[in-house]
Parts: sequence; C-alpha cells; structure tokens
Amino acid sequence: MNFVLPEIDLGAIAPQLWLTATAILVLMVQAFVPLVTSRSLALLSIIGSLLSLVATLGLWGQEAVLFSGMIALDTFSLFFNVVFLLGAILTVLISVEYLEREQIAHGEYFALVLFATVGMMIMAAGVDLIAIFIGLEILSLSLYVLAGFMRQVLRSNESAMKYFLLGAFATGFFLYGIALLYGATGSTNLDRIFLIAGERGGWGNVLVMGGMGLLLVGFGFKVASVPFHMWTPDVYEGAPTPISAFMSTAAKAGAFAAFVRVFLYSLPGLAASWAPLLAGMAVLSMVVGTLLALVQRRNIKRLLAYSSIVHVGYLLLGLLSGGTEGGASVLFYLLAYTFMQVGAFAVVVYLGGQGEDDLSLARFSGVAVRHPVAALAFSLFLLSLAGIPPTAGFVGKFYIFSAAIQAGHIGLAVVGVLTSVVSLYYYLGVIVFMYMRDPVDLPERRPSAALVTALALAVAGTVEMGLFPGSLLDLAQQSVASLLGS
Amino acid sequence: MVPLSHYLIVSAALFAIGVAGVLVRRNAIIIFLSIEIMLNAVNLTFVAFSRFLDSLSGQIIVFFVMTVAAAEAAVGLAIIVSIYRNRESVDVDRVNLLKG
Amino acid sequence: MSPFIVALIPLLPALAVLVNGLLGFRVLKEKAHRLGVGSVALSFLLSLWVIWQVAFAGARADLVFYEWVVAGNFSVSIGFLIDPLTAVMLFVVTGVGLLVHIYSIGYMHGDPGYPRFFTYMNLFMVSMLLLVMANNYLLLFVGWEGVGLCSYLLIGYWYEKKSASDAGKKAFIVNRIGDAGFLLGVFLVFMTFGSLDFREVFPRADQAAVGVLTAITLLLFVGAVGKSAQLPLHVWLPDAMEGPTPVSALIHAATMVTAGVYMVARSHVLFSLAPVSLQVVAAVGALTAIFSASIGLVQNDIKRVMAYSTVSQLGYMFFGLGVGAYAAGIFHLMTHAFFKGLLFLGAGSVIHALAGEQDMRRMGGLRSHLPVTAPTLYVASLALAGIPPFAGFWSKDEILGAAFKEGQYLLWALGVVAAFMTAFYVFRMIYMTFYGESRVERERAHHIHESPRVMTWPLILLAALSTVGGIIPGFPPEGGLIHGFLGQVFASHGAPEAQHGLELVDYGLMGVSVAVGLAGWGLARFFYISRPEIPGALARRFSFVYRLLLNKYWVDEIYAALVVNPLLRLGRSLRNFDERVIDGAVNGVSFLTVLWGRISDLFDRFTVDGAVNGAGAVVRGGARNFRRLQTGFAQNYALAMLLGIFVIASLYLLF
Repeated sequence: MNFVLPEIDLGAIAPQLWLTATAILVLMVQAFVPLVTSRSLALLSIIGSLLSLVATLGLWGQEAVLFSGMIALDTFSLFFNVVFLLGAILTVLISVEYLEREQIAHGEYFALVLFATVGMMIMAAGVDLIAIFIGLEILSLSLYVLAGFMRQVLRSNESAMKYFLLGAFATGFFLYGIALLYGATGSTNLDRIFLIAGERGGWGNVLVMGGMGLLLVGFGFKVASVPFHMWTPDVYEGAPTPISAFMSTAAKAGAFAAFVRVFLYSLPGLAASWAPLLAGMAVLSMVVGTLLALVQRRNIKRLLAYSSIVHVGYLLLGLLSGGTEGGASVLFYLLAYTFMQVGAFAVVVYLGGQGEDDLSLARFSGVAVRHPVAALAFSLFLLSLAGIPPTAGFVGKFYIFSAAIQAGHIGLAVVGVLTSVVSLYYYLGVIVFMYMRDPVDLPERRPSAALVTALALAVAGTVEMGLFPGSLLDLAQQSVASLLGS
Repeated sequence: MVPLSHYLIVSAALFAIGVAGVLVRRNAIIIFLSIEIMLNAVNLTFVAFSRFLDSLSGQIIVFFVMTVAAAEAAVGLAIIVSIYRNRESVDVDRVNLLKG
Repeated sequence: MSPFIVALIPLLPALAVLVNGLLGFRVLKEKAHRLGVGSVALSFLLSLWVIWQVAFAGARADLVFYEWVVAGNFSVSIGFLIDPLTAVMLFVVTGVGLLVHIYSIGYMHGDPGYPRFFTYMNLFMVSMLLLVMANNYLLLFVGWEGVGLCSYLLIGYWYEKKSASDAGKKAFIVNRIGDAGFLLGVFLVFMTFGSLDFREVFPRADQAAVGVLTAITLLLFVGAVGKSAQLPLHVWLPDAMEGPTPVSALIHAATMVTAGVYMVARSHVLFSLAPVSLQVVAAVGALTAIFSASIGLVQNDIKRVMAYSTVSQLGYMFFGLGVGAYAAGIFHLMTHAFFKGLLFLGAGSVIHALAGEQDMRRMGGLRSHLPVTAPTLYVASLALAGIPPFAGFWSKDEILGAAFKEGQYLLWALGVVAAFMTAFYVFRMIYMTFYGESRVERERAHHIHESPRVMTWPLILLAALSTVGGIIPGFPPEGGLIHGFLGQVFASHGAPEAQHGLELVDYGLMGVSVAVGLAGWGLARFFYISRPEIPGALARRFSFVYRLLLNKYWVDEIYAALVVNPLLRLGRSLRNFDERVIDGAVNGVSFLTVLWGRISDLFDRFTVDGAVNGAGAVVRGGARNFRRLQTGFAQNYALAMLLGIFVIASLYLLF
C-alpha cells in the first residue's frame, strides 16, 4: 500500500493560521503574564485579526483546492473572511468596555472569539461536508462558552445551556444529513455530490432528498430561520451583549457561507426540491419574525433578535433567487448587516447600565438629549435595518428584492417589501423613545476609545455601503461568480 | 451477511430514541446523553455505508465525529456544572428566565 | 448649469441638519434658527438662480453625480433632473419653505425643543428637495420616505400630548399603506423597463402593454393617495393638525402633501398611456374634492377647516391631472401653496394671539385686534374661494374648464358644487373669527395681541403672492406664462393641452366659477353676519346631515370597526402571550411529564415501536402546544424544530 501524502500549502490558509496563532498567544499571555489587562489582550486580538485580514487580501484572486479536496481557496471564501474579520474586530472593540463593566475580563474571551472566527473561515472555505462540519463545530463550541461567559449570572447560564442543548440537537440532524448524502453518493466532497446527486433514482434518491432536508435543518438552525428560530431571542438576551452582536452577524454569515456553497454550488440540480422549502422558510421567517418583533417592548436585545429573524428571511430570499445576482445580494447584505447590527448592539452596550437588568425601550427615553451622538448613530443603524434610503440596509434589500424579481419570485418579493414596510414601525418605536420622551437618568459615562472606534467604523460602513455600494457589489458578484464558475 | 437496510433501520431507530430523549427528559445531563445517542446513531450509519460502499472515508469521518463529540461533552458538561453551581439543579424545565 | 450649485440646494439644509442635530441642544440652543433659516434662505437664492437659468436661458439638465446602485445590467444614479416642472416645484418648496421657517422663529419662540424643531424642518426640506429634483424613481423614493419620516416626527412634536403622538402614529400607518403601493409600483416599473431613470423609462413607455402600464400607474397612484391624503386614505391629514402650525402650513398644506400630485405629474407619460388609471385619478380627485369640502362646512376647529380644505384642494389637483390638464394641476399646486400656506400661517397667528384657542365658536370680532392677520387672511380666503383676480381663481377655473371640455360633465358638476362649498366654508371661517360679537373667553380676551413682525412679514409676502400669483403666470387662461413654461414638459408627450384662443365656452365656464364663488361667499355672509340664527336652525332641521358631516361621515369609526379593532384584538392576544405563557408552560411541563411516563413504559417493552409511537405522540402533543410559542423552555424549542422537520418530511412524501 502506498501512501500519497496530501499536498500541504499553509500559505493558502494563512488567514486561519494567523488567527489561530493569535488566539493561542492570547491564551498564553493570559496564563503566564499575571498583570496583563484585558485592553492589551483586545489590542493583541485586533492586531492578529488585522494580520489575518492582510493575509486574506494578499490571497485575493488566487484559486485552488487544497488538502485533498477539503479546503478551497477562492474569492468567495476570501470575501467571507473579510466579513468575519470585520465582525470579529467590531465585536472585540465593543467588548472591552463591556467586560470591564461586567467584571468578566478574562483573556479566554478574546481567544474564543478568534477561534470562532477560525471556525467560520473553515466553514466558508470548506468544499467537503466534513470540513464544513468541523468548522461549524469550532464555531459552535466557542459560541456555547461565550454565551455563558458570565458564569455568575443566571441569564447567561441559561442562554448557554439552551444554545448548547439545541445546537447539539441540530448538529445531530446536520450530521445525519451528511451521512445520508455520503450513503447516496459515496463521498462527502461537494464536487462529487454535485456530479452524482442529480442523477440518482429510486432508493438513492430518497437518501439524497433526506440528506438534503436534514442539512437544511442544520443550516436553518444555525442561521435562525423559522421554524428553527426559537432559541434566538432567549440566547441573544442572556448572552453578553457583544456576543449577541457577534452571533447575529459573523456567526450567521458563517452559516450562510456554507449554506450558499452547499445549496447553490453543490445541489443546484435539486433546486426543484429545495426551492419550495426554502421559500416556505423565507416567508415564515419574514412574517413570524415581524409579528414577534411588533409586540416586543420589554427588551431591546430581544427586539433585535426577532428582527434578525426577519433579516434571515430576506437572506434566504436572496439565496433562493440563486445565480450570481442572488448569491451576490446575500453576500452584500451580510456585510451591510454586520455593520448595522453590530453598530446597534454597540449602542446598547454603551447605554445599558451594569448588569443590564433593564433594557426595555423605556430606558432609551430622551437619550437624544444626553447622548446626542449615540442617539444619532443608533437612529442611523435602526433606519438602515428598516431599509430606509440612503443607507446600507436599503441598498441591500433593494438588491435582494430585485434579484428575487429577476428570478421570478414576485410573490416572495412582495412579502419582503411588505414586511420591510411594517418593520419601520418597530424600529421607529425605539427612535421615538430616544427623541420624543423626557430623559431618564442614565449613568453619565464617557465611552471608551474602543467603543467609539467601533461606532465610527459601523457608521462609516453603513453610510458608505448606502451611498457608494457599487464597488462592493462588484466584489460580491466576482466572489459568487468564482464559486459558480460563471 | 446482514444487509445494509438492517443497519440503517437500527441507526434510524437509535436516532429517534435520542430525539425522544431530548424531548422528554428533564435532566440536562440525560438530555445531553440523548444527543450523544443521536450522534452515535449517525456514526453507525457512516460505518454501515462505509462497509457497503467499500469506501474508507466513512470510517474516518466517524473518528472526526467522535472527537467533536468529546469536545462537545467537555463544553456541555462545563456549562451544566456552572448552572448547577448557581441554582443547584439541572432540570431544564426550571430554567426559563428568558422567554416572551 | 453648474452641477455644484444644483447639488448645494439640498446639501446646505443637510449640513444644517447635521450641525443642529449634534450641537443644537448643547451649543446653539435658542440660536438654532440662524442655521436652520440661513441654510434655507441660501438654497432659496440658489433655486432662484436655477429657475432663472431654466426660464430665461432655456437651460435643462439631467445631472448624474455618480452611479449609486449597480446590479447586473441595471443601474440607478444619484442625479438631479432640472426642467420647468422641477423649477416650479423648487420655487414652491424653497420659497414657501423659507417664509414658513422665518415665521417659525416667532411661533416656536421659547419652545423647549427649539433646536429639535429646526432640525426636523431642515431634514424635511432636504427630503422634499430630493423628491422634486430626483431624476429617477429610486431617488424620488428616498425623498418620499424622508418627508414621511419628518412628517411623522413633526406631527408628534408635542409628544406629551397623547392626541399628538396618536395622530403621528395614524399618519405613519396610513402613509405606510400608500408607500407599500408606491414601492410595488416602482418594482413593477423596474421589471417592465429594466430601469428606474426617468430618461430611460418615459421614452420607452409606449412599448409596454396597456395592462402593465395601468397596473404600474394604479400602484403609483396608491402611493399618491396615501401621501396626498385622498379618499380613502385621507383620514390622517386632519389629525395631523396636532403638530405645530408652521408644520401644518409647510408640510401638510404647501409641500409634502403635494408630493403625490408632483409624482403623478412627473409620471404623466405613463398615466397618459393608461386611460383607465387617468379616469381613476380624475374620479378620486373630484370625489375627494366634494367629500372633504362638505365636511369642512361644519367643522368648528379652525385648523381642521383648513385641513379638510387642503384635502379638498388636493382633490382638485388630481382631478386636473386626471383630465389631462397637467399644467393646470401643477399651477393649482403652486397657487394653493401660496394661499393655503397663508391660511395656515394666519390661523397660526390667530391661535398665537388667543394663546392656543382653536375653536372658532370661541372667537369672533378679532378684526380690530389683528390688523395684519385679518386682511391677509381675507386675501387668502378670496384666493381659495376662487374670486378673480386672486390666485386660486385662475388655476381652479382651468381645472374645471379642462374637465368640462374633456366631456367629464358629472365630475365637472361635482367640482363646481365643491367650489361653492369651498367659498362658503372659508368665509364662514372668516366671519366666525373676525366679525360679529367676540365670544372669546374672558381671561384670554385681555391678552389678544398681534403677532410679532417676524411672523407678520411672511403673511404679507404670501398675501402678495396670493393676489398676483395667479393672474401673472395664468393670464390668459390656458395660454399664460406658466403654460408656455410647463407645456415644454407636458406637451412633448402628447398630453392634450389645448392651445387656442378663448372661446365662448371659456367665458361661460369662467362666469359659472365666479358665480358659485360669489354665491358661497354671499351665503356665508347671510348666515353668519345677517341672520346668525339660521345655521343653528338648519343644523337642527337636518340633524342627520349635520351629524354626518360633523362626524366626517364616520370614516374613522368605520375604519376602527373594520380594520383597527380586529388588528388591535390580534395584537392584544399576541401580547397576552407573556401572561399565558406561564400557565402554558405549566401545562406543557405536566403534559411532557405524563407523556414521559407513558413513553418510558413503552421503552421497556417495545423500544423501537415505542420510540416511533412516542415521536408521533410528541408531534401530536406539540401541535396542541404549538401556539404557545416562546415559552422559555429549551425542550419546547426542540419540539418546534422537530415539528419543522416533520413538515419538511411530509412535504417530501406528498410531492
């Protein structure tokens, strides 16, 4: 028997390696330098992320499939790397102040954020279901811990436990789906599945269909689409606020990266079977999310969680539309969503008092008087989430709906337009509290430099993508084109 | 030789048992063990397919799954322990501060 | 034409918004108006320059600043279209806008939210300017959304008043219905023409099928109906009077509510090709005109009279557009901006003088106390009533004339009757406010004072415009300056804009217009000056009609019964979730426990069968509990997931 050593090209996974190395370094420094502050660890993490970003940009344009067909290097994965790193950097920036306030400033926090990001990158680059599965688990395990990072706080415990139990439950289905596809095609490689899946009949067909459906369940859970969405509000509410931001943006983007790759690249031949399911999930997500968000007044994090379900509905609509246009609209929207959603959470971090026991909308009364900049930024993010022009959210929605119309999903686009019309109502509710109520006593604090940087980045991104979306959309289209080979 | 379908039925049954356990047991640890049953049902499927298709990769995958399951166990038990420290119970139906 | 100067017109107020928004409360405080008014004044001057270029140098421009949204083979630019139609709108928006801003310095003086007020007003100016200058539907939509947002914020400006925040909410929701229609219309334009640029869409309009064009125009018109408060979405505008009076003057009379008229006029190429839509526009306009004029007959709140009058006059504009007299519709938009802006500002001045009193039954005899407000309001009323030579006569007469000549006799008759009512209610307002015995409450009567000059000067200027703003651009009828000017936009696309000398029928129609105007005026004088006991007697005699009108045909109540209450009930039951969840959770737990007992029994005996049956039972039980959604129990969530899987699986089995 002769062994063929797989070719190992570490350069191609340099972004992942930089992050991993930084994460380990953060762990080591935390363990062996007793007096290190969380601020310097955050700085270290950001430097590592920037190095990874540089490595990502350095690889731009290259295409290869490496590690015995496990990992692909293509513009698609590199685009997602940028989204993930952006999400991670923003998360680290808004975490510094939060960790100190809640007195949970441990170094593992940053290491886990970085590890989770590595997991996303592997998911986005994986061209084998096993690689995707490993990436998914690296991501999920880090997030389970991060959700419960406030060990003394019952809410955080509960959030972690729910996320863990339901996440592991979903993993079971996801894995079963892989097993069935493996049984039907004899491989977990996406290329092989693409070749074989379309032409199976009879028994093999049942396996393929079953496998595909179970994969849909797994992805549906990770992206929090109805009917696999119920964990979202509870987990977002209990988790540390920066982690809620991270989960709703970067982690979701990671799941969507694999979702797009598997369904648009590997299983397009079965579109006739999965399109109706996806359409149903998209409509349900948009409608149910909207209904739940409309009646949520108790907690802003829950409101953002419910509204994130609506946004997942839009993203699914883009995915469903398929092709370069649909795929690119998903990529663009994920990037835009990262800016505006993390931005919104950043303001929540800034305005929430220690312990965050009251995050009701009433807490935001009259914020505009005491914190005019924060109020203005928050309004910008909320209006962008609602899709008011000329913000990133508007352009993103416009791309998605126009892709849907071009793909002939007119009814779905109409549902999307209507839910986004309604969504302004609950987003504007927050703005009304900020601008049109008498101020309540909020602790007078100066935001940390890190938080200000994060806010500035998010504002810049939201405005930039709203006013000058052209070049980024081109990039998104190139990325999807590199994936679909068109 | 036992035909493939037998293995598949057994693993499907195991998977269903796991799912039922997740749904009806109250103790978080038992729920977690039920999830492990689900994962191992999948492992059985992989191995059966691997043998049937005469392809080794199915068995390699099982090793990956086992590793991941071990990591999951470590994290999961840690979460359960920290919950136990705070409220001296691991019953999932007492854990519903977050709702609505 | 320098693109830079054109771009500055909306950019200057935008800058003022930023500075006032960030520094207003901390630094500028009661000096916030300097930026707010200054920026609008500058953009008014720049607009005048642009209008001059368009009118006298024949300049036209389609300025593209950059490609904004590019998706595949389709792109939308940020760009401004400068043509005579835009020029007229620029004059109305910046001109009336400037006067109202100046007036606000006095009216809002001492208000705790002074900087906030100017921030919103400037934001409104920015959005409105984008709306009228846009060279494509998407940018127009940007402005469309922006003005809606500002309107909502300004209606609810005095948020401590519950009625004000309710009114804001109502305006918002009703407008969103219209916006949804508009947005769908824009998507349909995009689907049909693959572009949203006016210069791409309009030349190719005749290539599209009539059915598609009808659908597009009807959807766009739904947007216009919402924004311009036409039947049946008119309910928000009267309530919008809860906002400060300058807001009512600028947003809910002169500019924003006319956005729908502008949009339809801008899309006249599409509408001209869809005769059904045009007929709908005409009918809705004429019906709205008479419907709200009749409500205006009996209202007692001075601002509500104005509000119904606005709805009614907007109806005239749509009526004009609907019979193909686009230039007349826009002409009426312009004259209406002058005299209705004046009516509102004058009413504001009266309210200001009476320290907040709005009920005309507690006014009267104010003429001598308000030496500037009274005559200017008189002028405005003459203009609104359509008495020549004041502004309203020329534009309204043209609309009615066009309708008559188009053969729309029924709608024409409605318009004439509405004109009679208009003359009656506006002079009823004048007589109840300024003439007769004073019915002002004692404690208010001592403090009656004329408004400061910063408020009266805008009144005087608007009165001048209301006097000559019709005859100068509009004489001779259908051949005046404004027709030559706007005709360049409308005539090029075959809109039937009659170009002929005055015939006998024109003089006849003019005579009818003057006659009904004078008759309404005379009747009001007879009722409220000569025989003040008659109105009460009539109200008693025809009490059903009176109550019908006083209660605005019970439209609000009908909507409440048919739409609002069912929705509220749904909302309430959703809100009850939280409470029900508790017992739901208890039930759920006990149910699962019982179930578990049963299943563990089965486990011992027939493990496999038991699991399958158990799963079935769980699903059945889950279906029962499915409504109690977010219970907070992880297992319920897992159950919901499983249910989702079963749905997916059964879908497979079915198809």
